[in-house]
Amino acid sequence: MAKLSLEIITGERVLFEETGIDAVIAPGVIGELGILPNHAPLVTVLQPGELRVQREGNADEPFFVSGGFLEVHDDTVTVLADTAERGDEIDLERAEAARARAADRLRSEVDVDRARAQAAMQRSLMRIRIGERRARRRASQRGGDPPSR
Amino acid sequence: MATLREIRRRIRSVENTAKITNALQLVAASKMRRAQERALAARPYAEHMRAVLRNLATAHSGEDAEEGGAAHPLLQQREIREATVLLVTPDRGLAGGLIANLERHAGEIVLSPDRTGEVSMVPIGRKGRDYYARFDIPFRAEFTQLGDYPSLAQIRPISRVAIDDYIAGTVDQVLLVYAQFVSTANQKPTTVQILPVQPPETDGPAQEMPYIFEPSPQALLEELLPRYVETQLYQAILEAAASEQSARMVAMKNATDAANEMVEDLTLDYNKARQNQITAELLDIAGGVEALAG
Repeated sequence: MAKLSLEIITGERVLFEETGIDAVIAPGVIGELGILPNHAPLVTVLQPGELRVQREGNADEPFFVSGGFLEVHDDTVTVLADTAERGDEIDLERAEAARARAADRLRSEVDVDRARAQAAMQRSLMRIRIGERRARRRASQRGGDPPSR
Repeated sequence: MATLREIRRRIRSVENTAKITNALQLVAASKMRRAQERALAARPYAEHMRAVLRNLATAHSGEDAEEGGAAHPLLQQREIREATVLLVTPDRGLAGGLIANLERHAGEIVLSPDRTGEVSMVPIGRKGRDYYARFDIPFRAEFTQLGDYPSLAQIRPISRVAIDDYIAGTVDQVLLVYAQFVSTANQKPTTVQILPVQPPETDGPAQEMPYIFEPSPQALLEELLPRYVETQLYQAILEAAASEQSARMVAMKNATDAANEMVEDLTLDYNKARQNQITAELLDIAGGVEALAG
């Protein structure tokens, strides 16, 4: 069975580069999309969200992408992300601070760039969601209680 | 001939200068290595971006012809009433001829007597700003203190300014002047046009399997072009940073070598002067003995 190879590239570095992947689930602008081997050539815009890497017999590997592009060609998936983080690299405190900041800005009456504040809000919420799920899973693997919230 | 003490003082002073230039050389060498790594790490993104844009342009050009060509604003060529030059220079000097070369290269564009239309600048880096502040050229914005390792987040406002001015129609062409990193010993001042965007050349015929574009080629262009501009700018600034450090390293190496050579020459002078003095003293004594004997 054919496998996929995946590269996640940000403007500053190559974050992830591996082969032998069974499926990639990505947050496309017109909905989440799953890419399996032998996919037709495709270029799509991504929205802020979770990108998951699936390998047989392994737990999904989550990444946060804040938007960008995804290209599929000859079983090679290339993600050109504006920014991207591994699920376990997410800084929850920072994401929470960003969420609070965006909420403040959206509440205030002064002239703000609402679209930008909303985008920031969406990004921080996604980060928090991925980061927390990750933290919970790790806690349950250790046999501890999931962090309450 | 200078006295012994004067020569000795000069030797010590030159030796101290050599110590400083040597330290600067070592610092520049390590910064250069890191700057080069960063420029290299950012390359895959730029290359993929170019590939995607190329595919998109190929697919899009067919449709354009049918629709009568409603290209994206950032691709539109206009009559050039005002051009703006983004000049990337270091913040600090001691980089040999690099800065003067960059300034001269930019001058060929902005100070050219046979230029038609207005010209403005956006200096990026202190040296270029200070130099061109003396001329009668308006600055649309200025960016300094980007540091030795500029990040993408620092570059975004710069590309914002360029894109906004272009879309608003106040600027009809955006050129970028920076020091291309050819090798440690060679940095070439280069001009590239970043707006209107010139899509990369398509090589060979279209692919046998056409791409699916989601949501649509137009929407993709909309998202892609601003990032393409940003990437070009970021790449150029990273290369400029590597160029700055290597130019400084070479300049400081030359300075250290020159200082060491000078110390050798002065030491020779010093020994000669010392020998002369001893000879003179001996002659004095011999003369005195002879006078006593006579």
